[in-house]
Amino acid sequence: MNIVFLSGKGGTGKTTVSTNIAYLNGFNYFDCDVEEPNGHIFLKPVINETIDSGVLNPVINEDKCTLCNACVRNCQFGALVNTGKKIMVFNELCHGCGTCSLSCKYDAITEVKRTLGKVEVGTYEKAKFVRGILNVKEPLAVPVIKDVKKLINKEENNIIDSPPGTSCTVVETLEDMDFAVLVTEPTRFGLSDLKMAVYVVREMKIPFGIVINRSSQDDHIITDYLKSENIDLIGKIPYSMKAARLYSEGKMMIEDEEFYERFKKLSEDIIKRVDNNERF
Amino acid sequence: MSDFNIINTSGVSKNEFSLTVISGKGGTGKTTITASLAHLVDKEIVKADCDVDASNLGIILEGETIEQSKYVGAKVALIDQAMCDQCGGCKDVCRYDAVDIVNSKYIVNNLKCEGCNACVVNCHLDAIKLIKEVTGDVIKKDTKVGKLVTSKMIPGAEGSGKLVTEVRRVGKTENTETLIDGSPGIGCAVMASVTGSNHSLIVTEPTQSGFEDMKRVYEIVANFDSIPLAVINKYDINEEVAIKIEKECERLGIKIVGKIPFDTTVNEAVNNLRPVIEYKDSKAAIAINEMYQNILKVIEGE
Ligand code: SF4
Ligand code: SF4
Ligand code: SF4
Ligand code: SF4
Repeated sequence: MNIVFLSGKGGTGKTTVSTNIAYLNGFNYFDCDVEEPNGHIFLKPVINETIDSGVLNPVINEDKCTLCNACVRNCQFGALVNTGKKIMVFNELCHGCGTCSLSCKYDAITEVKRTLGKVEVGTYEKAKFVRGILNVKEPLAVPVIKDVKKLINKEENNIIDSPPGTSCTVVETLEDMDFAVLVTEPTRFGLSDLKMAVYVVREMKIPFGIVINRSSQDDHIITDYLKSENIDLIGKIPYSMKAARLYSEGKMMIEDEEFYERFKKLSEDIIKRVDNNERF
Repeated sequence: MSDFNIINTSGVSKNEFSLTVISGKGGTGKTTITASLAHLVDKEIVKADCDVDASNLGIILEGETIEQSKYVGAKVALIDQAMCDQCGGCKDVCRYDAVDIVNSKYIVNNLKCEGCNACVVNCHLDAIKLIKEVTGDVIKKDTKVGKLVTSKMIPGAEGSGKLVTEVRRVGKTENTETLIDGSPGIGCAVMASVTGSNHSLIVTEPTQSGFEDMKRVYEIVANFDSIPLAVINKYDINEEVAIKIEKECERLGIKIVGKIPFDTTVNEAVNNLRPVIEYKDSKAAIAINEMYQNILKVIEGE
């Protein structure tokens, strides 16, 4: 089973919930939050392999290039410029789509991989741990996420930590998932971002349910909306200074007895839903 | 940098107020702090919400929409079924797996299509076109604290960096003096929000993740002509880590302009749709006020 954890906004505790659920069940953990991958802080994996991740950038063979301009005309990302003497490639604008080489009738373009980040592969306890890390200053996160997802064996039990938000990186992460857990918090901001996340999972037709983190007397902000939309509330994790403290120290919540029980229940409730593959 | 112009075209002079509030990770209180700053700064300074994935500044600043326009930030491929002979050429070359076969028809999945043009170039029947795609709305509002430019991104849309650039551009045409709620993370969107701002305020929190993400986002700021400042939010959750952050900031040359204590008033304020600064006697409001004074000192070059 493949369970993805996401949140419309960052900082709702998505990683806290996903790492604790993974640990409790000994599930593989894949960190697709490549701009801020933090799962390792809690799961403390041993990394035994690092793979370069990147995109293919064109290289122009000037001896063969006739300056016909077809590649420049077809590139949608402004990555190629014809200076009149040669075709210049702006690698950081290039999405590695291959359109330029398809356009070239003179066989003047080859493609070379450019590194955008890396994928670390290792183990924690007895399960697999994989995380993608986007290099700072690289704008393209999607190729790194793709490389992380290539390592998922769908027949195993996997937890996937999605980037926050609802942009293209989230869409890439959600692809082929069996179930999505949307982690939110009971604030107006949380609600506004949750609505966007719900839109995306519905659009992608992925069964999903909600976990309210830092549950408080304000939960009605979220639960009123869930009721009106007929959305399944899987469970709640209460707000406490103790939780914040454990998080700040990079500790697992389940190290604490009270939270252990809560996560155990939550975990059962999530897995039950994935097994039934109920659609809400 | 994919989706935006990296050249500083804003023409902002150095002692003008142009500040982008960012955070390596989400949930550090970035928007709460920006909303309070929006109440403290001059009304003339334009407020812009560049956190297009989670555009929440408008929830607190409220106000009335004075202008709303569609923003075309991407293209997607569209197959003309009447012309297509199902040869599969488009699917073969698409590197984004965006062409599906549905009931033996070739259909482009808009959520996955990057509008790269490869399928168009490869289709032997000219059956595919790239069409413009609206990726969001850019919204101008009149609020109690002045003009706000914000957006409504279509969830799942490509190129949030471009929408950020558009929001920033519209803001800067109103007034070069701006207060921007930046995007979290370190990707294209945050680069687009920092571009052209004299100062960047990094909101961090004393946790392991907060510490690591702050260092990553600093590397972005360091590449722009923007002076980095930092504020430690909820600093008393873990004072050891807070000290570690302070030391790291000192090493990197980031000026710490404030330390805000953990305060439950913050959530209360958010849920009452008020900036926490209005809860005048709260610990958070006092600390934010102090932070603002320190920011002004930096801007005035004291
Ligand atoms: S691979 Fe695509 S984005 Fe890169 S230069 Fe070629 S056409 Fe442009
Ligand atoms: S399409 Fe090929 S030959 Fe034409 S300008 Fe580009 S590289 Fe040169
Ligand atoms: S390449 Fe053109 S003709 Fe062939 S399946 Fe695609 S759209 Fe149809
Ligand atoms: S435009 Fe590019 S991404 Fe979209 S369907 Fe065609 S080849 Fe795929």
